[in-house]
Amino acid sequence: MGLFTGLFWLAIAVVLGLAAGWVFRMAVAAASPRPIARELRTAPLTASFGMLIILIYVLLAVFAPLVAPFPETEVVGTEYQPWDNVHLLGTDNLGRDMLSRLIYAARNTVGIAFVTTALAFILGVMTGLLAASVGGWVDQVLSRAVDVLMAIPALIFALLLLTIVGTSIVNMILVIALIDSTRVFRLARAVAMNIVVMDYVEAARLRGEGLLRLNLREILPNAMAPLVAEFGLRFCFVFLMISALSFLGLGIQPPTADWGSMVKDNATLISFGDITPLLPAGAIALLTVCVNFVVDWQLHRASGLKE
Amino acid sequence: MSHIVNMILKRIALGILTLFVVSLIIFLATELLPGNFAQEILGQSATPETVAALRRQLGLDQPMHVRYAIWLTDVLRGDFGESLANGMAVSELIGRRLGNTLYLALYAAAIAVPLSLALGILAALLRNSFFDRFANASALTSISFPEFFVAYILIFLLAGAGGAFPSMANFRGDPSFGEFLYRAFLPALTLTLVVTAHMMRMTRAAIINLLASPYIEMAHLKGMNPMRVIVKHALPNALAPIINVIALNLAYLITGVVVVEVVFVYPGLGQLMVDSVAARDMPVVQGVALVFAAAYVFLNLAADVLATLSNPRLVHGR
Repeated sequence: MGLFTGLFWLAIAVVLGLAAGWVFRMAVAAASPRPIARELRTAPLTASFGMLIILIYVLLAVFAPLVAPFPETEVVGTEYQPWDNVHLLGTDNLGRDMLSRLIYAARNTVGIAFVTTALAFILGVMTGLLAASVGGWVDQVLSRAVDVLMAIPALIFALLLLTIVGTSIVNMILVIALIDSTRVFRLARAVAMNIVVMDYVEAARLRGEGLLRLNLREILPNAMAPLVAEFGLRFCFVFLMISALSFLGLGIQPPTADWGSMVKDNATLISFGDITPLLPAGAIALLTVCVNFVVDWQLHRASGLKE
Repeated sequence: MSHIVNMILKRIALGILTLFVVSLIIFLATELLPGNFAQEILGQSATPETVAALRRQLGLDQPMHVRYAIWLTDVLRGDFGESLANGMAVSELIGRRLGNTLYLALYAAAIAVPLSLALGILAALLRNSFFDRFANASALTSISFPEFFVAYILIFLLAGAGGAFPSMANFRGDPSFGEFLYRAFLPALTLTLVVTAHMMRMTRAAIINLLASPYIEMAHLKGMNPMRVIVKHALPNALAPIINVIALNLAYLITGVVVVEVVFVYPGLGQLMVDSVAARDMPVVQGVALVFAAAYVFLNLAADVLATLSNPRLVHGR
């Protein structure tokens, strides 16, 4: 395949994607109530395309057993079968159906990444708000601890911790959530710092509101907008990190279908000019790009930047 | 002048303190290892006597702070202990591979730094043009790509059937410099692609920030040649952010190297670390993690110090 035919197909894919985004935006805007519809019409085509793809991923993940033609872990053919009518994308290194595993992996990989991000957020936001609202030595201790933890590169730290606790899915979720919560802490604390000095927080304190109520009812709702955008970004990081660990054989363990380890297991095919192992990697890349598109739009909207 | 020296010394002290705490965390890693460390080495069939003997030999019967002091002095003398898997000295294992990893990172940096600075400045000057939009979109895309995806696309396009480059970095037989550049080309190109997008975006943001400042507008208004505005007025002030961008991304390369080394079976530190994690070979993981963390802390430190030095207001003081 020459470079120019490649670029040609890429251009066609981009145009088709944007067109799909346009159709999706129109359809959703028509179906939703007016205030939401007005917001949606301001979405750029890239963000609409992103939302469409995310929706497809979520649907595939939820309905995986109905969509996939074969079971997740069952050996249904010989090893490395090429693409044909029965196994649309061929079979993998053990003779399992590639397409089915791709679909089930949407459920496993994305689900695990989502849970991890959510854990990181609960931990990071709770400590961040606590540091900002209590202040004093609590703030000092938490902030310095986070400074030190962030001085170690994330992947190296994850590998170190995984050596200690051993490689399993639960351990990986906890380790990555812990590492990622330091980044969330930084943002949550910075945002909350600007809120705790507001008059209404002062009033709430004087009214005698407890720490928990103060944080949940007064500070958190006003810190929500930047945190939601950050959730998207952190999801991308967590997702890429889980994929990297699984690719290294230290994350999601077989026989659970997962995109990172699928690339690793079938990588030999690439040297023979077969693109099948690139598909799971592409699935990771596509989802990350789409989340980034949507986050970009949200950040742009929240900051009111028009450049 | 003295206060700038003070400031830099303070920053270096902070860096050393950070490294100290990092070493403490890495040391505590073994303490938290569930179960008995000596038992783990010897296996289930070990008698209590042999376990006790090994504990004494490893110094595990000493209190924790004593062991930390011993471990730290050993590390400072370059002794990281012995590998649990094959009994080789960890310092020797690391020493053999550290060079390879450094070469690869430098190789990638030598391509990526000039390329991304040029692209970033160009994108900033041609703001909102087609080139800028295209560069931005591709930067966003490549940030979202896992490193191994980029690596395998390159293997698919440039190696494999009828490809021009080897898909495995094989260093048998002590290759010459040119041969090394050829064999390590694909890993270096992967790292370059991964880092360039990020670096370019940061350079672009720094330059745009600068071009919006009043004194640049003034220079434009008095009819100065645009090239001269950039080179004489903008660039000296852009130095600090650019140095920061470069150092941060070199630090990023250190982590990126792990996955890329595994893809290309490149005999570097990252590969060693991944193998050791799988085998739970604690001394090796500790050593490699310490080397990576030290490099990371050092690069961040260098970025801070250089950025301070490039700012005349800080250097000359009030």
